[in-house]
Order: sequence, then C-alpha cells, then structure tokens
Amino acid sequence: MIHSLLTLNDLHVTFSTRRGLVEAVRGVSLSLGEGEMLGLVGESGSGKSVTGFAITGLLDAAGRITAGSIQFRGRDITKMSGSDARNLHGAAMAMIFQNPRAALNPIRAVGEQIADAILAHKRMSRDEARAEALKLLRAVQIREPEKRMAAYPHELSGGMCQRVMIAMAISCNPALLIADEPTTGLDVTTQKVVMDLLAGISAERGMATILITHDLGLAARYCRRVVVMEQGRLVEEAEPRTLFHAPQHAYTKRLVAASPTASSRIADLVTDEESGRSVAIKVAPRPPPAPGTPPLLEVHKLAKRFDLGAAAVADFSMMIRAGESVGLVGESGSGKTTTSRMICRLIDPSEGEISFEGQAIGHIPARDFHRSPFRKDIQIVFQDPNDSLNPRFTAFDCIAHPLLRLGGMRAGTALRQRVEQCADRVGLAVELLTRFPHQLSGGQKARVGIARAIACRPRLLVLDEPTAALDVSVQAVVLQLLDRLRREDDLAFLFVSHDLNVVRMMCDRTIVLRNGRIVEQGASRAMFDNPQTDYTRELVEAVPHIETIFAAAVN
Amino acid sequence: MTSATLRHAGWILRGNPLTAVAAAGVVLLALVGIFGPWIAPYDPIVSNVSQALSPPSAAHIAGTDQLGRDVFSRLIVATRLDLAIAVSAVGISFALGAVIGAICGYAGGRLDRAVGRFVDVLMAFPLFVLAMAMVAALGNRVENIVIATAIINLPFYIRFARAEVNVRRNLGWVEAARACGDSHISVVLRFLLPNVLPAMAVQMSLNLGWAILNAAGLSFIGLGVKPPTPEWGIMVAEGARFISTGKWWLVAFPGLALMLAVLCFNLLGDGIRDILDPRMRT
Repeated sequence: MIHSLLTLNDLHVTFSTRRGLVEAVRGVSLSLGEGEMLGLVGESGSGKSVTGFAITGLLDAAGRITAGSIQFRGRDITKMSGSDARNLHGAAMAMIFQNPRAALNPIRAVGEQIADAILAHKRMSRDEARAEALKLLRAVQIREPEKRMAAYPHELSGGMCQRVMIAMAISCNPALLIADEPTTGLDVTTQKVVMDLLAGISAERGMATILITHDLGLAARYCRRVVVMEQGRLVEEAEPRTLFHAPQHAYTKRLVAASPTASSRIADLVTDEESGRSVAIKVAPRPPPAPGTPPLLEVHKLAKRFDLGAAAVADFSMMIRAGESVGLVGESGSGKTTTSRMICRLIDPSEGEISFEGQAIGHIPARDFHRSPFRKDIQIVFQDPNDSLNPRFTAFDCIAHPLLRLGGMRAGTALRQRVEQCADRVGLAVELLTRFPHQLSGGQKARVGIARAIACRPRLLVLDEPTAALDVSVQAVVLQLLDRLRREDDLAFLFVSHDLNVVRMMCDRTIVLRNGRIVEQGASRAMFDNPQTDYTRELVEAVPHIETIFAAAVN
Repeated sequence: MTSATLRHAGWILRGNPLTAVAAAGVVLLALVGIFGPWIAPYDPIVSNVSQALSPPSAAHIAGTDQLGRDVFSRLIVATRLDLAIAVSAVGISFALGAVIGAICGYAGGRLDRAVGRFVDVLMAFPLFVLAMAMVAALGNRVENIVIATAIINLPFYIRFARAEVNVRRNLGWVEAARACGDSHISVVLRFLLPNVLPAMAVQMSLNLGWAILNAAGLSFIGLGVKPPTPEWGIMVAEGARFISTGKWWLVAFPGLALMLAVLCFNLLGDGIRDILDPRMRT
C-alpha cells in the first residue's frame, strides 16, 4: 500500500450567503498517495474547486470548514495554528489556477515574481533567488529563459503564463500540487503541451498532483485514478478505463455519455431517460434544391485588415447550401470570430464579396445592414450566455426583441404567443420568461439566446462557440437542441468552435483556419480521420481521445 | 415603477437605515421646496426693523436678520430656489453628458478623441472660477447660474458615461441587438444608456449636493441671485457681516440647511444604485 500523503475525512465546507448557509462540500473523503496524480472531475457547482481551496487554505472569508478533517502527512490541517498552516501552504503544497494571466502581477517581471515566491519561504539572497528562478524557468521549458526573466505577463502567451505559474508553484518543491482547471481557456495544442509538462514535472519530482477539471477526457488521459463529484458529494471513484466503460453511478453515466468523443453522435449525448421529447423527432429529408439555385451563402476572397498590422483574415472563400452545417475551427487569433462577424454583417470586410441567395450583400455597410431584408435571415448565437443577454431585459423581452424589430410584430397577444412558442421550441419553461438573465442558469441563458436567434426564422445561423462556456451535460442538451432545430427549419449553420469533437458531430463540412487563412477544408469525418496538413493533424492529436488513450495503455 | 420595484426599494431601505434617513431627508426637502411659501410662518421679504437682529426665540425660532425678517421663513422659502437651481443644472449636464459620453464611448475613434481633449481642457480650469466667469459674462441672472453649473459639471458626466459604455460596447448583448435589427444609435440610446443609468444615478445624487454648494457659493460672492430674494448662499453672505458681533444665528442656520441638504443627497447615492440595479433583486 502506498503511504498516504493527504487524507480527507468527511469534509464539509459551508458558505454563508444572503440566502443563508449553503453547503458546498458535503462529506468528501478521499486519500492521495505520495507522487500520485488524481483527477477530480465535476461540473460547475459540484464543489470540486472548493475542495481544492479547503486543502490549500484559500477559502474566502464566507467559507468555513464545518466538519471533517484534512490530514496532510498525518497532521490535521484544519486544527493547525495560523503560522503553521501558512508555512505548510505554499511550501509543502501549492496551487495553480485557471486564468494564469490574472494570477500574475501585471507590473512585475515574471523572473522577479518567481524569486518573490522563493524568498517567501526560503532564506537566501535576492541574487540566489533569481538564479533559482532561472533554473525553474528552464525546468518548465520556457525558451530563452534569460530573456524571459525580464518579461512582463502581457508579453507572454497564455500557455507561457501558465508555465510561469507552474514554475512558481514548484519553486519550494511542494509535495502536493493542486491544479485547478490549469488548461481551461488555452488552445488545444497549448493545452496538450502544458499538461504534458505538468505531468512530466510531477513524475520527475515525485510530486502528488490533484487535477481539478470539468473535462473527463483530460483527467482520463493524465490520471491513474479519477473521482467524480456532484453537488458537493463524491459519487464515484475509479480508474479512467472503468469509469468510461462501466460507469456505476447515474451521474457518471450521464457525464460520460455527454462528453463528446471522436466517435460520438449527437443522439448518443443524452441518455434516453432524461432527454424526454427532444430525441425522437424525425424530420423527413428535404428534396435537394433544383439545379441552378444559388447556394445560400457564398463568400469570395474575403479579407479584413484592422487599422494597423497584418490582415486578421485573408483570401477567405466558402459557401454554404441551405440546410447545411459547416464548421469553422481554429485556435485563438486564427480569425474565426472576425470571419463570423463579417458573414453576420456586424463588421465590414476590407475586401471580398458576400452573397446571400445569389444577391450581393457584402457592399452594404454593416452600419446600414439592420435595414436590409436579409437581416432576419442571418442570425447569430453568441459564445458566453452570461454576456449575450441585456441585463435589463427579461427573457421575454430578449426573445420578443427581434420579433418587434425584424418580424414586424406589435406588443400584444400575438407576440406573447409567438414568444412562448419560441421558448417552447428551445425547451425553456414559460414561467421562466419573466426572469432577468441573472436569475437564470447558464443553460437557460443559452436557450434564451438560441430562442432569440431563431425567433424570426432565419435561414443561416452563425454559432460562435455556442457551448464553450457550458458544462458538458448542458452542452450535450444544447447541441441536440441545435441539431433538431436545424433539421426542423432547414436551417444552415456556420458553427465556429475550437472543439473538434463537437464540430465533427455537428458539421457536414469543416474549414480549418490558421492566422486568418484557410489551411484545409473538407467533409468533417474524412478530414479529421485523415488530415492532409500538419496543422490539422496537430489539432486532431491534441484532443484527448478516449479511444486512443486506452489503445495506448493496452500496448 | 412597478410594484416589484417598489417592494425592492423598500427592502433595500430597510436593510440600509442610513439610506432610508437620507431618502426621508430628500423627500422632506422636496416637500418644503414645493410648499415653502405656504408653510413659512412669516413673509420672507417684508422687513420689520423693530425686530431686527433678535436671537432665536419662541416667535422666531431661528432669530431675525438685520432687517427684522424671520430667518426660519427665509430658509424655508429659499429651499425651492436652491433645489431648482441644483436639479435643473444637474438635469442638463446629465442629459447632455450621458448622451455625448455614450456616443463617444460607443463610436470611439476621432470623435471620441476630439471630445476627450475638449473635456480635458474644460477640466484644466478651476471649475468655480470658470463658473464665476461665465455668470459674469452671460449676465447676473439665476438662469445663468444654472447654465454655468451645468457646464462645469458636464465633463464628469461625459467621462463617466464614456467609460461605462466603453466597457460594454463589445459585449454579446450589444452585438445581439445589432443582429436583431437595431441601428447604432438605437443600440446606444435604448440598450447602453439604460444599463449605465444606475451608476450615473449615484453620480447625480452626489452631484446634486455639489451643485447646491456651487449655487450658494456663487450667490455668496454676489453673483446670480440678488437680494432680497431668499437663498442660502446669500443669507450666509449677509450674515457673515454680523458674525463678529456675535449674531451667530444668521450664518449658522443657513449653513446648517446647506450641510444637511448636501449630506442627504450624498448618502442617498449608494442606496440609489442598489435600488436601480436589477441584479440586486434576488
């Protein structure tokens, strides 16, 4: 048996809020051996981060450990004095966070910040600390570490900043590292590099690591053991392979089903018993359009240059037929958002043609496009449901807005019925319509955003990472909903995403964008199974594929 | 105002007694301002030299001035003028500043830079001196006090609205409004402005107190309101001549009125934000 480094025994954490006491962690027990890497998986609100904060003593003032114990090397942290606990936190255990740039001091060179972290726990001179910091930068494989010592956080990419955070975290050779969503918000290729680095360092130094993540695939790829949390409780603990192939708990089953993999289909995402009516709808395939009909959307040599600097998008040509679903993938900065906004006619292209049903619309300035008859035909669903709804509008107002503006409707019974019908189509309960956005959950907000976009029966829907901010189980339901709406309305999709597994499922064809230019395009499945360019191959390989992980383990 | 809003306002006020007191004070000021001439016990203008400079007593609870006029009555009647100057000045600078600032914040670019520099120039002047100069140049009238106060307040509103709109202009719901068929100007006026109003209401409330002081300050140095019109600033100015002879009530009571009015508006500020922000309604 491995000697246990950390043992949580029936841990309870309670927060006092305006609505009384809320128990965020309700009796979590787990143990972690020296040098072990444990995955702690759960959706938002599951209490996984709070558990991490409780271990590292970073609970905010409203949170308190109300019961249970945290044994670290046989000593109970919850009963330690303030100074003992401070020595332990930071020296024996360290934590890294989701948004590395926000965790670094923006006005101090990163080398100095690492030196600060070293000096906080070790007695040595500033120069020795700097030398130590340089070694650490080398350890986290930052290129030209001497030069990067003097760099400020804004001069480094997100992945680089996370490496600096890792360097800081390992500066005192902790026995335990807690990584809270360390790669969420990074591009897939960067995610892979950072996770590989983290796993390598942990193994090399014999450092135990808790990987807190919402991504089952990521946990499965890097951890020997995974625990799943739901609503503050531990629901299942298993090896990744068992977890994926024979999940025991109903919640784990749902989570595994909802996590898109290379082979999953939209219908499989939601287990039958909870999906209700949404799955069964069958729509007869529409007849193919008559020959000679222009495609729904045709884009020719589109380019966008901002005031200074290089082109954000260049030489972008594509077309979408009615009812077709086309994916647009690329990493951050690839120009996919700019492209989607141009096609949506929210910003003006610098060059190129856009035609909709054979009519040129690219020359109409974005400023005047709201008066165009095509405005209601091209609609958009935004990435973050939290900031895509006007905080002063109720859900009803949000959905009614396009109907009043573009649908020529007036306030009254007809409008009310139409809004309720839209809400019903996206599976939003009618009584939620009177709520303001802050009173709705992320998934409900996403539904309002979709209802608003389809209210005027558009022909083309641009989806800008529509599920990037959602939990996987909510994502599963939303993807299913979108696919159903597409078939019912013969709607065409331009699906912008960085998640290849989602795009593979949702889209007939996919375009890969890099630095504003098309790298590769083709039928989604064929292209991802057999990528023709190095870049696409790199993207495909960076995605944690459950199948390949287990195949590798067998070999 | 829906009943939900009123309930919410009640909830905020109960949880925040200081705001409730300030709100009560502002309501009282408004009532006195409206009904002042009817509730004042004496005529504020007619002099009665036989009673001149008598200290506070049962008949004249705040004493009388050098012409025997009842100080308390003059204070009451002055409320309307002081409030009217402050409210209209703040109203003008808010209306202009919010619209100009919001358009600049949304449009950015050359317009934004030009307005920004103009605002910087305006703010480089000592504001009170600028107001004095404007009243002196435009003519010694109450309307000109209002205009001068409005203009020197304008930069704050422009900057405030600009900053608040600027952080919101790239949010999803702004783009969504455009996709739903709203023009740029309609996005600014119907979407962005209502969202920055709660923050601006705080600014307005703080500003009202300041505008009252400013108006009183201008009349104190003899600009704008002319005697015998009762006004708090003039009353302090006239009373100052007698302070060396121990006639303290001539200065103390108008000063106290000014202080309380300013304090009420300032305290109300925070409460207003909580009441108007829909996110506080849980």
